[in-house]
Amino acid sequence: MAEPLIRIENVVKQYTRDTQVLTVLDGLSLEVDKGEFVALMGPSGSGKTTLLNLIAGIDRPTSGRILVGADEVSSMSEGALAKWRSENVGFIFQLYNLVPVLTAFENVELPLLLTRLSKAERKKQAETALAVVALSDRLDHYPRQLSGGQEQRVAIARAIATDPALLVADEPTGDLDSKSGEEILVLLERLHSEFGKTIVMVTHDPKAAARAHRLVHLDKGVLKEDVRAKGEKGEIGVAAAAAIAAGK
Amino acid sequence: MLGIPLKYNVRNLFVRKVTTTLTVLGIALVVAVFLCVMALGEGLTRVFTASGSEKNVLVLRQNSQSELQSGLGRDQIPLIRALPGIEKDADGKPLVSAELVVVLNLDKRDGGSSNVTIRGVEEKGMALRPQMKLTEGRPFVPGTSEVIVAESVAKRFKGAEVGQEIRFGAYRWKVVGHFDAGGTAPDSEIWTDSEGMLNTFQRGGFSSVLARTTDRAARDQFIAGVAGDARLALEGKVERTYYDDQTSTAAPIKFLGFFVGIVMAIGACFGAMNTMYAAVSSRTREIATLRALGFSRLSILFSFVLESIALAFIGGVVGCALAFLLVKVALSGVTGTTNFATFAEVVFAFRLTPQLLLTGIVFSLVMGFFGGLFPAGRAAFTKITAALRQVG
Repeated sequence: MAEPLIRIENVVKQYTRDTQVLTVLDGLSLEVDKGEFVALMGPSGSGKTTLLNLIAGIDRPTSGRILVGADEVSSMSEGALAKWRSENVGFIFQLYNLVPVLTAFENVELPLLLTRLSKAERKKQAETALAVVALSDRLDHYPRQLSGGQEQRVAIARAIATDPALLVADEPTGDLDSKSGEEILVLLERLHSEFGKTIVMVTHDPKAAARAHRLVHLDKGVLKEDVRAKGEKGEIGVAAAAAIAAGK
Repeated sequence: MLGIPLKYNVRNLFVRKVTTTLTVLGIALVVAVFLCVMALGEGLTRVFTASGSEKNVLVLRQNSQSELQSGLGRDQIPLIRALPGIEKDADGKPLVSAELVVVLNLDKRDGGSSNVTIRGVEEKGMALRPQMKLTEGRPFVPGTSEVIVAESVAKRFKGAEVGQEIRFGAYRWKVVGHFDAGGTAPDSEIWTDSEGMLNTFQRGGFSSVLARTTDRAARDQFIAGVAGDARLALEGKVERTYYDDQTSTAAPIKFLGFFVGIVMAIGACFGAMNTMYAAVSSRTREIATLRALGFSRLSILFSFVLESIALAFIGGVVGCALAFLLVKVALSGVTGTTNFATFAEVVFAFRLTPQLLLTGIVFSLVMGFFGGLFPAGRAAFTKITAALRQVG
């Protein structure tokens, strides 16, 4: 039995708009094992991105505890959280979020600037990350000179550059055509199986969710369904994901 | 340092070419105007601070603020000459000049009129002011109505060319030479022979006596000698100190420089702030990404303030270049203002010193700092999750 990497204990997240209190997550508890590839699904407003942000340490719960490894991220100070993120989390965004004035190499090197690595070590590590995403020939290209799929691969290289245990992906294929989206999913699958990364991915797309090994379905801030894949490949399967997404 | 790389900021400045250029020009204009006004004040200060020697002592009637208010009887002059401490020239004659100062209202070349100091000096008058050089013509002949005119006065007043005549009422003076006093007080004056002047203006005595002493000890001895002689009722002032006291004329201009500069700087700060706010809001998602990656609030704040300072620095350098060109080309001539101690016109040139240029640069950096601080604060303190949702 794998040990849990992420433990979410009775987490409530509320937003106050004017005088109205909006409950986005309502006493949610969840554990994610080390090395799991989890897809978070659910309709808009179900709280899946909020949950992802809480796990990644860029937001804080109103109540409840979130532990990642031995660190209780829900109680860390702003400064400690920033440091923790730089060491433990790799981010993959829907719109890639590359810095447009920096080259592919420089974008991947960014999180490494927060480490104590020497310039030569940073170079080696950034180049390795870009080799993993098969973009060694695009080091000096700026984001505007790359296709959407290539931009997302650079973003993935940036996410894995510091070798974090946890990758969080928010709709990683949401802005891509189906072919590029497929390439990204293959890449995430590889990072999971070959490099042992724990991946938590928010998606609307049953095809993307089908790649995951566990599917967590949220609705109105509560856990509606939690399905672990069986079968040879260990994947959920498109039909099953679509059915879950449709709430059947 | 765990900071955002500098190239990130530099490249962002180049990406936003139009706004960067406009902000740079705005800051450059403010710095240029500030420097021009300050150069004016500096030029005026220079006239007085560069004037006068530490070894020269100006003898005036007790409690006189300027030579115009002072008066010395003819009989007092030999007593002063006899005091110890005075330096002698190669011929063994004491370096002393009894002088008469009168202010006349003369016609200017560009219309109107202004007060000019006419100074009557003795034989040693020029030797006492070694920075003075005859640039054209010859010295005046004592006992005649010949004058020599400062070049900068000649440029501004009618009839002051060599060979011409300066007229005031019934008076006529023939201009026989021009001189340059290296930006010091005589550059605002017309010189003639003091004996001739006493006759012309029917004065019974002089305005002052200027004497060169051999050294500091002799100077103090001479000043003590003047003060100690009860028959004289005079006082001796170190010439440099006398002119330093007159520097107050430059104070209102310098105040104006600072006032205009600060008002404009506040405007320029808002300009820089506007540019930086635009820069921050167009990069909201980018900044949120940097923070998600683990860059601290402080490093974001530092990065954006630095970007603003870099922008202002370029503006400062352009402003200095602009002011330099203006002072060298458009404002290269001499100009004048009234010395409130003597009511005569002081002629001076704009002076853009290295210190002033440095002040201009520092001034631009201050604008950049304050212009960038608030937008940078906004960049650093926006909620990451909210900022990540922004499109564009």
